[in-house]
Amino acid sequence: MRLGAGLVALIVGAAALASLWTPYDPTMIDVLHRLETPSRAHWLGTDQFGRDVLSMILVGARLSLVVGCVAVGIGMGLGVALGLVAASRRGMVDEAVMRLSDFAFAFPAVLSAILITAVWGPGAVNAIVAIGIFNVPVFARLTRGAALSLMAREFVRAARALGAGEGVVMLRHVLPNMAGLLAVQASVQFALAILAEAGLAYLGLGTQPPHPSWGRMLFEAQSFLHQAPLGAVFPGAAIALAVLGFNLLGDGLRDRLDPRRRQSP
Amino acid sequence: MFALLTRRLIAALVTLAAAAAIIFMVLEVLPGDAAAVMLGVEARPETLAALRAELGLDRPAPERFVRWLAGLATGDLGLSYTYRVPVEQLIGERLAVTVPLALIAAALAVSIALPAGVFAASRHDRPADVTIMAASQIGLALPNFWFALLLVLLFSIGLGWLPSGGFPGWQAGLGAGVLALVLPAVSLALPQAAILARITRSAVLDQAQEDYARTARAKGLSREATLWRHVLRNALIPVVTILGLQFSFLLAGAIIIENVFYLPGLGRLVFQAIAQRDLIVVKDVVMLLAALVVALNFAVDVAYLVIDPRLRVRGS
Repeated sequence: MRLGAGLVALIVGAAALASLWTPYDPTMIDVLHRLETPSRAHWLGTDQFGRDVLSMILVGARLSLVVGCVAVGIGMGLGVALGLVAASRRGMVDEAVMRLSDFAFAFPAVLSAILITAVWGPGAVNAIVAIGIFNVPVFARLTRGAALSLMAREFVRAARALGAGEGVVMLRHVLPNMAGLLAVQASVQFALAILAEAGLAYLGLGTQPPHPSWGRMLFEAQSFLHQAPLGAVFPGAAIALAVLGFNLLGDGLRDRLDPRRRQSP
Repeated sequence: MFALLTRRLIAALVTLAAAAAIIFMVLEVLPGDAAAVMLGVEARPETLAALRAELGLDRPAPERFVRWLAGLATGDLGLSYTYRVPVEQLIGERLAVTVPLALIAAALAVSIALPAGVFAASRHDRPADVTIMAASQIGLALPNFWFALLLVLLFSIGLGWLPSGGFPGWQAGLGAGVLALVLPAVSLALPQAAILARITRSAVLDQAQEDYARTARAKGLSREATLWRHVLRNALIPVVTILGLQFSFLLAGAIIIENVFYLPGLGRLVFQAIAQRDLIVVKDVVMLLAALVVALNFAVDVAYLVIDPRLRVRGS
């Protein structure tokens, strides 16, 4: 948990720093200093256009966090609403939501992004929407399951007995009690969103040049593996550390919130 | 059991129909004029008209949808706009790369994850368990396309043992073909193995606390025999579930990995089709990938019945 929180803090810190300051302009081309190894002037070296790799990684951290926040926001907003509606209405609505989520599970983010970019063209926004759509069924299923179990509890039955309407029961009594569960899932989905965006950017379906993104940096570094192998190491390490951080944070939160896990040796 | 299988089969067919409807909507109805999307804004009106006629875009959308479904059912997928060959022929050629790649990756993932997960569970909370779980956490965090590049750096550029990309074709011999798929398959298998190892460990730990496991031990069965003969069989149910669910991620991963290694598989085909705006190929390949996922999920349901006899009784 501590390691995860530390890594997440590192990424958030890097993103915040990139908003205020970077060692160099991440889009500044300097062909005289291309494919340089790490030095005092360029701590992580330069790429094939002489751009500073550290500056690009810092700006890439900001992009990854934005992608994670928006994609998880879309998934959570729509998914939780659908899950709550499915749990409270049951019957046909429930069946329709669950079948829809079954179908969406057959479409990983890369496939839905391929569909979206095939029609509307590549770009960061389309990639984020594709990843967000992929998150919807995950949150819908989780919310439905948790809501059904909470709705059988005494405090919900008591609220109903006191005359609370369906909407009030769901929003005031059921939803707050699954906040921890949703926070854990959000952390895991955040990590997956960062991975998915990096994959899409690597394929050229995500963020477009000249905006730096970790996946795109890896794609560009691949052509220069012989001359500058480190160029492919740093962006990948940044993705791995960010994903590891959010995964560990999710695991830690789960352990904290689950009394059975907390008591186990 | 037959009733249960029939219900699952109907559910799979409904999911497949929904997938076809959404793919058709996104690629043919939402863009307005699919021909304009394929040819771009600078296309000449007569070229656009010719493509519209070729694609049958002058017909109503429901009619085109039914025709497409009929084509899918009979294996007539139309002509690729860029390659000018039947799409089914293109897909057939590319499947000869993607299917072996996915199968080798899945086999690798299972053969690493099952023993690692069982071993970690049998050494619960000891250094071996902690090490395996830490390794799996790292395996989950590494993007497979980055891991692929690291493998290329080490085994192709550094040691020169394996090819860094490309595929010689199966006509060059089984050995050469498999050799070209080693690094891509290892890259694809890594995250799958990490997830499966964690699921196997946790399922084995859960099952090992059940009464039947205690009874087996009380009857004098050794710890290993109890683990491998009784516990693992029951622990396999969640493992098979995850294996089925992971298949869609395996296919998604294959799309990226085939591009890293320039493998002429389905992933690279769909990626190139997007670049060339060949919506006919995109539509058919995405449908095929969705159908593969649905078929595999159905196969997982059948596998449950084989693994867990209780489901057979309940089903009938």
